[in-house]
Amino acid sequence: MRQTLRTGAAWAALGLAGSAALAPVATAQEANLVINDEIEIVTKAPAPEHMDYVREIFSGWEYRSRETQDLQMDDFENPGMIGVDNARADFDTALGDGEESCASCHESPEALEGVRAVYPKWDEAKGEVQTLEMQVNECVTERAGAEPWDYTGQRMTEMVALISSVSRGMPVDVAIDGPAEETWEQGKEIYYTRYGQLELACANCHEDNYDNMIRADHLSQGQINGFPTYRLKNGKLNTVHDRFKGCVRDTRAETFSPGSPEFVALELYVASRGNGLSVEGPSVRN
Amino acid sequence: MSRQFTLAVALALAGSVVQAEVVAPQEVAYGEYRAIETSLSGAPGDPEAGAEVMTTRGLGNCVACHAVGALDEVPFHGEVGPPLDGVADRWTEPDLRGIVANAKMTFPGSIMPAFYKTTGFIRPGDGFTGKAAEEPLEPLLTAQQIEDVVAYLMTLRDE
Ligand code: HEC
Ligand code: HEC
Repeated sequence: MRQTLRTGAAWAALGLAGSAALAPVATAQEANLVINDEIEIVTKAPAPEHMDYVREIFSGWEYRSRETQDLQMDDFENPGMIGVDNARADFDTALGDGEESCASCHESPEALEGVRAVYPKWDEAKGEVQTLEMQVNECVTERAGAEPWDYTGQRMTEMVALISSVSRGMPVDVAIDGPAEETWEQGKEIYYTRYGQLELACANCHEDNYDNMIRADHLSQGQINGFPTYRLKNGKLNTVHDRFKGCVRDTRAETFSPGSPEFVALELYVASRGNGLSVEGPSVRN
Repeated sequence: MSRQFTLAVALALAGSVVQAEVVAPQEVAYGEYRAIETSLSGAPGDPEAGAEVMTTRGLGNCVACHAVGALDEVPFHGEVGPPLDGVADRWTEPDLRGIVANAKMTFPGSIMPAFYKTTGFIRPGDGFTGKAAEEPLEPLLTAQQIEDVVAYLMTLRDE
């Protein structure tokens, strides 16, 4: 019978024997995922120091079927790249009634290389942690004077996919100390809270049970390095906060809203659990 | 007293007796070893109905987490919990009733949801809508569904 571990204390008591038994442990960092024969993606890496119960971290790509994995290896096969192309056109399009486009301030999407890897990030002027979506909307409203984009709308999601795509292969590296620490702690608290009538925390599925099947689903670590993800299930690019919302809803809980302070904090925390994996978005999942 | 009248009284009494025998989720008495001695519905369980509850997504959906060899015509059994084959050799009927009603009593901190519990949740939702709901909630399974599941589990013997 499989040993089922329930609490952090149990994990610690067992000296992590459980996690070694549950997950394939790679000895070196191999890049099995290479996009366009060119961009090497780190899909397994040693866990960041702040993680107590997990030794190695894995991209969600590791848990998908061979066919789904293959779709992500070639941009012509990856349906998420259509959104990236749309956003490329949008990058040069005037925002609102004004003259300003993204390109007025940022020469090209490639000028934003490296940005995805460090978001969510503390914003000194605003005195808060900002997600990439919040930063995009700051540009749209304050710099270009246009109406804000819908947080999980298609236009926003495609722009975030474009900004991610130019950072693919770079290690996720979000800061969790300094002024961001309080928000990070709040996100960690949410990650371990057992919500809803099913009383399930993110950790129950994505820390205690990754690599196990839950009905027809192969549980991953719930990493967000691949977002936005193109899901074959709904045939579109999906945002981080929509995914969080779906997972909380599935615990029979009242969810939080996309863009809410709770989900911003949770995003920072979950992103930090992926520090060391490559930026992979737009990824392909089922 | 006319015969008909007697019958009516008897039926009314019988009805109220059956109702009184359903133990409400808040009133369940868990024993020293977290077992529940008697039927929650006051009636015996039906194993066939229990198998249905175990495999239906909107109901127990037990196979999401547990493999059950005898139910292998239903696809996709999970591996989050232990396989339930031979479970009646390991536990008594009162034990199993306690586990299904609220597994967290028997296994503190278990990931297994409590199927006969109505209060004490964090941000309880209205089913899978994502919207808020007021406690007490409907339990995940009715008293009779719990009995049906327990009756089914009692058929899972290796010996
Ligand atoms: C009842 C189990 C369960 C709980 C609780 C749960 N999830 Fe998930 N989650 C899943 C399943 C199933 C999937 C789809 C398979 C996979 O990628 O793991 C998933 C997928 C994800 C993904 C997509 C990963 C990828 O690579 O595409 C993220 C991110 C995620 N979950 C985050 C969370 C967070 C954050 C929480 C808590 C707020 C949470 N989940 C709670 C079951 C759960
Ligand atoms: C989300 C996962 C999950 C679901 C759903 C679930 N269980 Fe469990 N169950 C577990 C785990 C995990 C254990 C092992 C105890 C522990 O370590 O927490 C367990 C233990 C048990 C045991 C004791 C098994 C043994 O061999 O000792 C029984 C019996 C049981 N479950 C029955 C059920 C029934 C019946 C249902 C549905 C009505 C159900 N479970 C739904 C996760 C689950």
